[in-house]
Amino acid sequence: MASRGLLQRREARSAYLFIAPWIIGFLVFTAGPMVASLWLSFTDYSLVDPAHSVGVANYQQLLDDPRVAKSLANTFVYAALFVPLGTVVALALAMLLQKVGRASGFFRTVFYLPVMTPAVAAGAMFLLLLNGQRGLVNQVLGWFGINGPDWTTDPAWLKPSLAVVSLWTVGGSIIIYLAALNNVPRQLYEAALLDGAGPVRRFVSVTLPMISGALFFTIITHTIAAMQMFDQAYTMFYGPQQKATASDESLVYMVYLFQNAFEFFKMGFASAMAWLLFVIILVITVIQVRVGNRFVYYEGGSTR
Amino acid sequence: MTTDLRPVPPPTEPSLQPEAKVLERQSFSPAGSRRRVGPAMVLRWLLLLVFSLAFAYPLVWLVSASLKPKSQVFDNKLVPETVQWSNFLEVWNAGPVLRWLLNSGMVSLMAALAVTFSSAFVAFGFAYFRFRLRGPLFGLVLATMMLPGAVTMIPVYLIWHQVGLVDTQVPLWAGNLFGSAFYIFLMRQFFLGIPRELFEAARIDGCSHFGLFRRIALPLCRPALIIVFIFELQASWSDLLKPLIYLQTEEYFTMPRGLKQVIDGFALSGEYHWEIAMAATLVATVPMIVVFAFGQRYFMEGLATTAKQG
Repeated sequence: MASRGLLQRREARSAYLFIAPWIIGFLVFTAGPMVASLWLSFTDYSLVDPAHSVGVANYQQLLDDPRVAKSLANTFVYAALFVPLGTVVALALAMLLQKVGRASGFFRTVFYLPVMTPAVAAGAMFLLLLNGQRGLVNQVLGWFGINGPDWTTDPAWLKPSLAVVSLWTVGGSIIIYLAALNNVPRQLYEAALLDGAGPVRRFVSVTLPMISGALFFTIITHTIAAMQMFDQAYTMFYGPQQKATASDESLVYMVYLFQNAFEFFKMGFASAMAWLLFVIILVITVIQVRVGNRFVYYEGGSTR
Repeated sequence: MTTDLRPVPPPTEPSLQPEAKVLERQSFSPAGSRRRVGPAMVLRWLLLLVFSLAFAYPLVWLVSASLKPKSQVFDNKLVPETVQWSNFLEVWNAGPVLRWLLNSGMVSLMAALAVTFSSAFVAFGFAYFRFRLRGPLFGLVLATMMLPGAVTMIPVYLIWHQVGLVDTQVPLWAGNLFGSAFYIFLMRQFFLGIPRELFEAARIDGCSHFGLFRRIALPLCRPALIIVFIFELQASWSDLLKPLIYLQTEEYFTMPRGLKQVIDGFALSGEYHWEIAMAATLVATVPMIVVFAFGQRYFMEGLATTAKQG
């Protein structure tokens, strides 16, 4: 018995040695900064002057500053455009890819290549492609008699144009959905066919439940990422040249947070903004998990 | 904070081969329509071709646009009427582009190496050992995935500021030395797939715990290591936010940070030289296309695994 206890203790010691890097990293780069960030959010810290406590003034300012609400609304609109559209497009393409045999390899490469394009590069390319007068997108729309909008300058079209760039990079989801679709046991389809289910019924009653895990995963991760979108928006609409002319319609939350923290050096206020974002993402995710658990089918029964 | 996003999935096999087959597998076609060329099939191919064109055209067009003279960048043509190689010379003069490329290469290599080995190391701790706090601590690992980077961004910046490493590339990768939640999760799944008897046999032969990791776990999970490496390589190469925060000196810029400066300076102001911006965009993109050409299999397998884990 005693030697067994010793063995167990030795095992535990090794275990903690293995996870030590993560624990150190967690304390130094996550837990510590979280505490610091919470504290900063109650100060007026600006990098040059020492921090003074300002009470809840920063949180009050979250309510008073119209650009906070504006940037939050912009981010929601972008996420509401991109997440559903991206999911539908990726799923549709994955389903198309399912039955093309060996050629699927070629198409997968084509669909994934844009994902490899750095966000700054994608943003730069689409500034040209989406150009209102001479861009390719509007030219193609013109073939169908559609008069395309000024994607990159008309305030009403800035968020849709951000969503278009993101749609171009949904390749990852396509691959994930394709793998999930191919994991659906074919007996289920055979059984559904025997029961006389049509294509729509088979999709709703067999395909959707069987890939719901993958759908759920991508929707949650895409939503979290969309709420934090920065690179594309900053590349396309912000930077030293554009501060004066930029329309607030393209101001997503992370861009405004970044500006406050590292351009205006209002680090206390930016910290308060960060906590608001955290709470919002937490609430959205909890809702998604709650709703998801009602619909998501996990193989091997309920695991929760 | 302890909302775990997903149920703990069953362990996957350490070898990735089955996944690859899953992707290739001929799928079931209802009503026994064995590759019959019907209108549905024609429509399927037509749609796929149209969409592939939409996905591929911008990249092909980019190559062409980077070679056009200023007056033709906006003409959307696939083949430039006049080929102007000097655009790349202009890019060369627009900033220390070679430095930017080397910087990006260095940073993303360090970031990917660091996160691969630290995540594997930590993941092994969570996969092999049974200890009292394993459950709660692993829950904490998963929970950190939900934390937006914005919450820790400012204090972490202040740490690097304090130790005098702002405006160096160290902050761009050093955080990766401590593992990353999603990769830890992924690697742990692979390690759990290794039959425990293998480890026990090695223990009887006198292998140390570190030996188990180095001689059994790592070699058996090489594909997983490559997957983590290659995903982080891409993510790190593409990042703009951290270089914006940490780098001020042009010489230290990464390629995306430098590209942003070229776009701002040449295309969005001054004389609107979009052809130079497009040439720089191509320069920033090509290395990742090369990475994809070599690592495509691992990108696909990594995503297929994610589908299973989800």
